[in-house]
Amino acid sequence: MATKFWDKEAETMSRADIERRQLAGLKVAVARALQTPFYKPRLEGVGIKGPDDIKSLADLQRIPYTTKDDLRKAYPYGMVAVDRRDIVRLHASSGTTGTPTVIYLTQKDVARCADFMARSISATGADANDVFQNVVNYGLFTGGLVMHYGAERVGMLVIPSGTGNTSRQIKFMKDFGTTTVHATPSYLLHIHSKLAEEGVSPGDLKLKRAFCGAEPYTEDTRRKIEGLFGIEVFNSYGLSEMNGPGVAFECERRDGMHLWEDGYILEVIDRASLESVPDGELGELVLTILCREAMPILRYRTRDLTSVYPEPCPCGRTHRRIARITGRSDDMLIINGINVFPSQIEEVVMAMPEVGTNYLILVEKQGSLDKLTVKVEVGPGQFADDSRPLNALRERIRARLQALISINPHVELHEPGMLPVSEGKAKRVIDERAKL
Amino acid sequence: MRIQQISVFLENKTGRLAEVTRLISGAGVNIRALSIADTAEFGILRLIVDRPADAAEALAKGGFTTRMTDVLAIEIPDQPGSLAKVMEIFKDTGVNIEYLYASLEKDCATAVVIFKVEDLELGIKIATQHKLSTVECL
Repeated sequence: MATKFWDKEAETMSRADIERRQLAGLKVAVARALQTPFYKPRLEGVGIKGPDDIKSLADLQRIPYTTKDDLRKAYPYGMVAVDRRDIVRLHASSGTTGTPTVIYLTQKDVARCADFMARSISATGADANDVFQNVVNYGLFTGGLVMHYGAERVGMLVIPSGTGNTSRQIKFMKDFGTTTVHATPSYLLHIHSKLAEEGVSPGDLKLKRAFCGAEPYTEDTRRKIEGLFGIEVFNSYGLSEMNGPGVAFECERRDGMHLWEDGYILEVIDRASLESVPDGELGELVLTILCREAMPILRYRTRDLTSVYPEPCPCGRTHRRIARITGRSDDMLIINGINVFPSQIEEVVMAMPEVGTNYLILVEKQGSLDKLTVKVEVGPGQFADDSRPLNALRERIRARLQALISINPHVELHEPGMLPVSEGKAKRVIDERAKL
Repeated sequence: MRIQQISVFLENKTGRLAEVTRLISGAGVNIRALSIADTAEFGILRLIVDRPADAAEALAKGGFTTRMTDVLAIEIPDQPGSLAKVMEIFKDTGVNIEYLYASLEKDCATAVVIFKVEDLELGIKIATQHKLSTVECL
């Protein structure tokens, strides 16, 4: 198939050209950062007093990492590099711990976000023929507005439906002939479970593709969604600190997300040594944003775990691909001393055809030990007036989990639709152990 | 001969059973017999009602997972030895029983026993041959 490009020149430029752009971009970003109260002492402390101190991309290594905590310390304006009058918008992440992390955009930044987003959307084959329902939270969250601007840029008909009111979402999909949706995987599964109630079958919809991001999910969940709706699901990667969606996106091959290296410098590091790991190896993604003038962020530790594909993509894009996010480094649960990622549990649970669309992980203290409970919704077709198959299913899930994570979990089966559903990022893990 | 039983998947959660009876009562359906099989995690409620289709519809609308199953209902005299006689017949003719439960009527001299048998056709044939009093509706 012929690859559709949004900006062929930028998307297929040679590695040397990418690096030339990155070096120029880094110099600009450093010059801007030096104007901020947060970065000025930091950069001068390592001998970087001006853009000319960045001679090659290797000089990036001299710059200390920036963490989420740093963003909080710099709250509210400590990392702003432009005049306040030039800022046209701010976005904030859901600060579950008090101080939100905020990013600022100038008019030009907004346009560049939209451009990277448009590039991402076009890579999936979507174009002005498509009707796009943006089923994510608008407002402070970057996922709504940034995606919206990109989709308009591509020329799609955008339905800014936001989240919630599932029955209206389904009506819109049907009545407007939505071909493309942007939603979290868990909300798409929830929508599917409500189709029958609305008297709609997946065949009544014109849906062709979905963009999924915002929460880690497994390949099995992707296949499940693809099968249930008869669509293609594209992974989207972004984080509000880096302008939200449009940082990396899957192309039509749906095999890894192209990270737009003319807008970001990517590194993958070992979480213990903080040294770079070779391509192909799992580590924490570190990003430096080059496509934002209002607020430079250098070497930001995303806490997202991924690896870089060592080989080029057959689509012809030269920007390297990152693997689906396998978890946030701070998502990791330590259960009785064993490291467990929620994604490992999801992998087992979603691979079972008998399992419905929702699950929940509960960790609690039982005496001095940790107890892991995995609550699973049984698919509606599975019930047959007989407890034996259900008990067998429960045992099968338990045994597979134990084999994978070396912890013997307690598995609970639930009626379809009984576990709590969230319309934004799914809350799949409840840790009730007292924080030490 | 055969009557329809509604099975409802119930997770172990306060108020789920009350929700079932509320929905059935809301549909104006009368419960004639019921039994609950429970495991530690979930239960299966089995119901015989006067209007099974209406009850099943009300439960499905209320978000419950249900399944219709055909069962055999046999009326026996409410006196010692009647159930034993039926069981003896089923044992001798190879009618395997998966579960059973009974419905008694206080002002009546009979009891109705609901049998879920492995092979319903065989069960019906044997019951007819042995002139057991089968019930068409409850």
